[in-house]
Formats: sequence, structure tokens, C-alpha cells
Amino acid sequence: MRAFEYASPTTKEQAVALLGSSWADAEVLAGGTDLLSLMKDDIVHPKRLVNIKAIPELRSIKAAKTGLSIGATATIQELIDNTQVRRDYPAIVQAAEGITSPQLRSMGTVGGDLCQRPRCWYYRAGFGLLAREGSSEGGESLVVSGDNRYHAILGNGGPAYFVNPSSLAPALIAYGATVRIQGSKGSRDVPVEKFFVTPQSNDQREYELKPGEFVTGILLPAAGGAKSATYEVRQKEALDWPLAAASVALKISGGKVTSARVVLGHVAPIPWRATEAEAALTGKSIDEAVAKAASEAAVSGAKSLGRNAYKIQLARVAAKRAILAAATGGAK
Amino acid sequence: MAEYKWPDADKRTYIGKRISRIDGPQKVSGRAKYSFDINRPGMLFGKIVRSPYAHATVKKIDTSAAEAMPGVKAIHIMAEPGTPTAEVKWAGASVVALAAVDEPTAEDAARAIKVEYEVMPHLVVDNDTKAGDQWTRVANESKQGDPDKGFSEAEVTVEGTYGVSIITHCCLEPHGSVMEWEDEKNVLAHLSTQAVSGSAAQIARPLEIAATNVRVKQDHIGGGFGSKFGPDEWDITAARLSKKSGGKPVKMFNERDSELMVAGARPSHYAKVKIGVKKDGTLTAWESQTWGSGGVGGGGAPPVPYIFNIPNQRKQHTNIINNIGSQRAWRAPNHPQGCALTMTALEDAAAAIGMDPYDFFLKNIELAGQRAPIYTDELKIAADLIGWKNNWHPRGADKTAGPVKRGLGLSIHTWGGLGHPSDCDLTIQPDGSVELKMGTQDLGTGTRTALNIIVADTLGLPLNAVKITIGDSRYPASGGSGGSTTIGGISSSSRRAALDALDQVFAKAAPALDAKPEDLEAVGGSIRVKANPSKSMTWAQACSKLGATPLTVRGKNPGPGKLMDQGVGGAQMADVSVDIETGIVRVNKIVAVQDCGLIIDLKTAESQVYGALIMGVCYALYEEKIMDQKTGRMLNPNMEFYKLAGIGDIGELVVHMMTGKGYDERGVIGLGEPPVVSPGAVISNAVANAIGVRVPTLPLTPDRVLAALEQKGGK
Repeated sequence: MRAFEYASPTTKEQAVALLGSSWADAEVLAGGTDLLSLMKDDIVHPKRLVNIKAIPELRSIKAAKTGLSIGATATIQELIDNTQVRRDYPAIVQAAEGITSPQLRSMGTVGGDLCQRPRCWYYRAGFGLLAREGSSEGGESLVVSGDNRYHAILGNGGPAYFVNPSSLAPALIAYGATVRIQGSKGSRDVPVEKFFVTPQSNDQREYELKPGEFVTGILLPAAGGAKSATYEVRQKEALDWPLAAASVALKISGGKVTSARVVLGHVAPIPWRATEAEAALTGKSIDEAVAKAASEAAVSGAKSLGRNAYKIQLARVAAKRAILAAATGGAK
Repeated sequence: MAEYKWPDADKRTYIGKRISRIDGPQKVSGRAKYSFDINRPGMLFGKIVRSPYAHATVKKIDTSAAEAMPGVKAIHIMAEPGTPTAEVKWAGASVVALAAVDEPTAEDAARAIKVEYEVMPHLVVDNDTKAGDQWTRVANESKQGDPDKGFSEAEVTVEGTYGVSIITHCCLEPHGSVMEWEDEKNVLAHLSTQAVSGSAAQIARPLEIAATNVRVKQDHIGGGFGSKFGPDEWDITAARLSKKSGGKPVKMFNERDSELMVAGARPSHYAKVKIGVKKDGTLTAWESQTWGSGGVGGGGAPPVPYIFNIPNQRKQHTNIINNIGSQRAWRAPNHPQGCALTMTALEDAAAAIGMDPYDFFLKNIELAGQRAPIYTDELKIAADLIGWKNNWHPRGADKTAGPVKRGLGLSIHTWGGLGHPSDCDLTIQPDGSVELKMGTQDLGTGTRTALNIIVADTLGLPLNAVKITIGDSRYPASGGSGGSTTIGGISSSSRRAALDALDQVFAKAAPALDAKPEDLEAVGGSIRVKANPSKSMTWAQACSKLGATPLTVRGKNPGPGKLMDQGVGGAQMADVSVDIETGIVRVNKIVAVQDCGLIIDLKTAESQVYGALIMGVCYALYEEKIMDQKTGRMLNPNMEFYKLAGIGDIGELVVHMMTGKGYDERGVIGLGEPPVVSPGAVISNAVANAIGVRVPTLPLTPDRVLAALEQKGGK
């Protein structure tokens, strides 16, 4: 790991001032479960780390006017243990419980889950975020010509082929959550759905943050009686990245779906809102056939990069099982 | 003169009982120090600059910037331009090493070293038999019996393709050492090794010093599995760096990524198999084309057909030479691959003729040779433990509703054993305290505990009255821990030492007890007259007769008396569930029935089998060294994508050791390797039974399972 400067501000404003004006200046340190690995592998090498865990207000999970406010440095375990989250937002709890490492749940944070970097093995081997041959912008994609068994099946027209690694984002999007961002001009709120972007160059980030900005928390709207669930397809029980995941939130009235959100995880460079599936559910009573049709719709635009066709099937299964679990109000 | 044999069952106090390992509390509390944990005063940190290319020639190395950095104490070129060492043959190969005052400085210095490469063509995939002459070595066809006749006699011919991918050893304690020149002549090596005694000479030779001037120490090792039999080039380099820096200790351990890239691989094996069989299950012929790779040395042919010596055979093997970190012995070298290729093909043959594979195996068990009766017993016990007759169904015939299908699979395996040469010194002090010193190592198998049991049992003492001291090349030499030869070697030498020492104690004590030495016995901390146990003295009283000088006895193996044997077998069965919509396999249960002669410690013996089954689940379902042909790199040199099972992934493990009459009298036989041979086969067979189609290649990942199901659906 390269040498770096360490700062531990106690206010958001101090933190912003310390972050500087370019990505090379500083990285935000929360749980550090991803950042320190990236630094050890020399994938990122910030001049300064800005620890945000000493900013007291970022740690809390508390009731907001409508819904729930979750601080960026609340840990995954605190999220799982929170009574209101457990009662009203089962899709979040199920997603968080998919992180089957007590160490990561205890150290990892909500903000960190959203801002962690992709696990694409070419990126992690130092070939750049877009994994171009020769690490250059013009090179051929190593993902397309190489081993893409864990890469994107949706939104994979390029230039990015990695999958978004967040466990929580699909569930947060399903509930219509917004992310609060602090910058030099104060704070702004962005829907979690709009927070993630597909970078067009190695220097861009996968999320809607500018240098000098950082995530301070999440605002969850009131659950409003939504029925929801998350289903992850993971090969192992022990800590393992999902091969595909789906979070679903349904509003049901008179036995029919009045509104639906179906969001796929680990299948695209961004958490993937499956609007075709949502349309297929709206106005219907959920049964096996409806869930199956919606899950087919969810992957209707999916395409294989060569070695990841099986992930289309896994995304389909995740969507179907999440829809059925949400409708029956049960867990997976 | 002692009679060199193991005590009869009714005379054993500890031997064969369930004894907890004596260093368990140290290990679970973190007090046990592994070589990786060694920190020495003034220690430097070593770092290696590694080739990013799978095949290249190092043209130029510029270390000037690194040399100028404060804190950099020594630099050593490992791939010298203009010499044969300049050709690097895999990504991760060592190019330059350096030592610096701390780890960050060492890393900064490594980054400051400029290396120019001339990139050469590489092959890193392991299954391309058409890659060309540079990469392939086609071995001659071998024949047994009359294969054409065998196939003509067959009523059914079954063909299939099978494979076992390359995996790494993935030692949780990576390879490495702390090396230091204690003075101008002497090197102290804290090495992570499977061969404490043997490593001294291997370190001395390249350093051009006498082996007597090298001392190797190791208290505990965090995994070796066949990949740590001697010092590696980086260990020798650490010693060179130490010398260059004036003798300062240099710590040089692989990072996780290099550990997975270069520190050892188990070769892959793939096979096209054709089996001739009669409808009653009689095997008539075997034909196989096999291929695979284990790096620049290739991988060698797998032992197929495994165990079942089918009368008529035709075999041919192609070795693929590729640019990956070289293969090393991996726990029962080539047996897991040969076993998986054979037992899955045989299970397919059984399915093809509609026969229960359990009946099919028993029908052909005579082909297993002289151990056939033991396999038969073991298969029967395993079948009872897993409920084979009640739970087995014909292939793919699980009628349970829903996507999760269940199946059973079976396999048998074999291994050698015997014992390596082993010396030890047993010292009895006049105060009665006892110490055994031996230059062996505890590979994690419980070597200390086994020695403790043997000495205490032989001398009639409680376990805590005996001190066991191992892990230092200054102690009497004992062999490397490989081939499951450790327990045979160390149990034999320590038993002989203890029996000889006891003879001498008896001789000193006899006059005071008014008895002849041969009429005495050591029981429960006392020396007593066999025929009249009331005539006795305490162990300490007896030892006080030694006078002022302690007694030291050398125990040896080989030596008189038959204390060990070779040749073991085992039967395993697995019960799995497969989600046919996701291709995810879950192990419900594995049953392992294993023989290994006389067991010294039943608990650590069972632990060996549990560990082997867990390792087996890993390579059956998860592990694979994934290589990228374009970049020549390993894509998963980390613990996120080089997947290992966790506690929730291993299912219920049931171990049954064959002990008692017919087994105990054979003597001690090693156990480390055999139980890891079958898990790949049993899990693959159980999956085929569950889903109705063979998933040809291990590990059985969701993509492979779904591809097999799709192919089945398409037929």
C-alpha cells in the first residue's frame, strides 16, 4: 500500500473541505472493507483518506417525517438489527443478510455498500475500470474477448461490462429511496436509481458523485404497506457474490398489483430496473404464471457476452422467486 | 530386549482413544506461532517484483531508483538478463527481490524498479490438445489385454467426457520464511515447511555453506498439502538478501495473489472414456484418451481406470505444457483426478444399463484385487450410514415437486502409506520427567499429540508427564510429511525409543523390587511386578535409580519389529440437493468409511477425514484456477473468486473408521491423503443421480450444471 495522509473530520463540512477537487486527491473511508483492498492491490492510490466515521450524525438510523433516515456509516449489521427496518423493509434485511460474513457486516457500512467499486477481475488486476487491452481507452475490451462468466447480461452494450456490486441498491430502488449527498454547496438528494451511472471512461466513477462530494445517508419513503422481498442467487452459503439478485416491492389493492418495482442486482453496470417486468405485473393478481411471465419480461433485453448466458437464467429465477416471495409476504 | 510391537487392545491406555490435540488450546487462542508470525529484532521485509507476462524474456532491469531510496537495504536479481534465468514462464514469476526496513518501503521500492520484457507467445489454457507441438506431448498408447475383443464382448458401450480443473493448494499460511545469517557462517531459517529436517541441506546447497550451518525451525504450519517440501527460490533469495544486508533477518512471504499464482497447482485432467459392459454389469473393456496440464512440466497421466482393473484396456495421454505456476504434489497426487474420471464414467455405465451403482460396484469389486473384501465391507457400512437402499433412486427419478432434486453418489479410493525414516531422542531425567525430541513437523495433523500418546502409553505415564519437542532441524532427523508417511515413521521410531528406554528403567528398578527386568511393567505411573502388582514403586522412584545422569535413547525407523504397513482403502457416499433452476448444488451429507490400520488417536484420525471431506467439497463445487488466455494472468488470485467452502456449505459429515480385528494388527498406516480422493467423484455422481445428467467437469458450478441440464433437455 502506498503512503497516504489520514484525516478524521467531525463535521460534514470539514469532510468536504478535506476531499479536495479531484478523485486523485482523496477517498472517503468508512468501513474500509473494499477501499483498503483496492489500495493494497494498488488499484486506487489516494493522497488522503478522509475518515467519516467520526462524524456522529452519519451513524444513526432514525424515523424521518415520512419513512426512515439511514446514516451513511450505519453498519450493515445495525441495518439488519434495526426494528423499523425489520418491520417495514424486509427486502433490505434480506439483501443485507446475503452478506454472510459477520466481519463485513460489522465493519461494512450502508454508504460503503453503495460506493464500493466493481469486482470485475480485469479491473481488480489493474486493467482499468473499463478493462481495455493495454489499459487504454482505445483498446479492445478484455471482458468481451475474455472470461466474462461473472459480467453483465443487461446494459452490456459497452463500454462498461462489470456488474454493480451493491447488495442494498436494488432493494433501496425498489422502495424508491433517495441518497443524500454532501458537497461544497450543501446537500442534494438524488434517487438511488439515478445515483448509479455507466462510466464512459476509466476515469469516471460508477455513481453520481463529483470529486469533493460524499454520501451522507439514505432516505427511505414510508413503506406504505408495500409487499417486498429480495432473492439472491449465490453459489455458496459462506460469503459469496450473488450471481444474480432481484428486489421487488409491490403495492396490492383488491388482490391486484397497483404498482410494482422489480430491480435486478449483479447483472448490469448499474442496478437494473426491470420496467418490462413491472408492466407485466401491474393490474394482475400474482400467481406462478404471472410471476413467470414477469420474470421472462425482466430479462427480455438480456444478452450473453459469451460465457455468461447462464446468468440470464439466474436473473430470471431471482426475479420470479422475489416476486412470489413479495406477494406472499414471506421471506425467500 | 524389548519386543517391538504395539500393545494388545486391553493394554492400551491412550492408543486408539479419542484424545484432543495437545496444542489445540494454543491454536484456538492464537498463542501458537506459525512461521508467518515470526518477527525478529531488526527484521527487514522482502518483496518480489513479478512478471506480469505469462512468457517473456527479461531484457533489462533498472534498480537505480530503488537503490537510492532510504530504507532499501538489499536488492537481488532473480531473472538475470542474458542468462537462462531471464526467461520467465508464467505470470507471477520472480524477477527481482529486495529487502527494506518496512513493508510499505519495500512496496514502494518494488514499484520503482523498471523491468523491460520481450513478450513471447504463451499458452495458459489447460485443455487445448491442438495447441501445437510446442505445447503438447503425446504419449504412446498403452494396452492391456485385448481391448477390441473386450468391446466386442460388451453388450453396451458407454461413452463420456469428463474433467477435473486445475486448482491451487491455497495454503492459508502462504509459502515463505524469515531468514537470517546469525554470523558469517550460520543461517537460521524460520520456514513454513513440510520437511524441517530435510530443508537444511536444501537451503545450504545454493548458499554454498555446510548443511550443518543451517538451522530450520517451525512450530506450526498453516497448510502445505504437498506444496511445501523444501525451501523455494524466494526463501533462498531471502537468505541472500539477509547476507547482503549484513545478516539482518528478512521476512519473505507470498502475498495472497502470488500464493495462488505461483506456489503450487494440482494438474487438470480431462478424459474421453469408452466403457464396455454386459447387461448384468460385467465390465469388459476400458478405453480412454486423457489430457491435462500442470504448467511448464505438464501434469502426467492420471491413474485410470482407478482401482477397477478392467481386463481389457486401451489408453493414451496428452500432456499439455502451459505457462502457469508449476504443479506440485497435491494431497494424494493424481488420485482425486483418476478417481473422479473413473468413478463417474463407471457410474454412467451403471446408469446406462439401468443398474444401481452400488450393486454395479459390488458386482465388479473383484477387479479391485486383494483389497476387494475390505472395499465390500466399507461399501456396506457406508450404504447403511447414508440409507442407500431406501434413499437411492434411478438416475433423474426424483419425483419431488419443485426445482430441488436430491441424489446419491458413491466412490472408492486407495492409497499407500508406510513410514518415512525417522530418528528421535527420548530422554528420561532422574526426576522422572520425560522429553521426546524429533526433527519432524506437525502438518496440522496432530503429530505432537500422536507422539505424546505413544510415549505416555508405552511408559505408563499420564499424557502431561511427557514433553514433546519437534520442529527444529537440530533434533534427530525425521522425514518430510508427504505420501501419508509421517504417522508410520514417527510412531515406529518413538515406540521403539520408549520401549528401549523402558527396558533400561526396568533394569535399574529391578533390584529394588527384587525382580528381573523382564518381569516388570509400567502401568499408571508406577513400575511394578507383573505377577505381583503390589510390589511396585513410582515412576519417579524408579527414575531416581538412574543416578545423576539422564538417560537418552535413540529411536529409529526403519528398525526391528513390524509397526507399520501400507495399502488402505475407503468408501464414500454423498447425498446432495440440486436446484435445477439455478444449478446450485448443496451437499446434504457425506459418509466416509476409511481403514488405516492401527489408529493412534481416533479423534485426530477422524479430523483428518473431516478435513479431507471439506477440502473435497471445495474442489468438487468451488475451486478452480481460472486463467485468461489473452492476458496470460490468473483471474481469481484472491479469496473472493477463488472460492472455498464455508461451514454452511459442507453439509453433515459422517466418518466411520475401520478399527479392531483385521485392522489393528496391521500396524500404523497414514491417513492424510486417502479420504480426499473420493469426494469429487461422490459429489459428481450424486449430482448426476439427482438431475438425470452428468455434469462432466469439476467444479460443479451453476453454469456447468445448467449447461448439462440444457443439453439433456435438448436431447
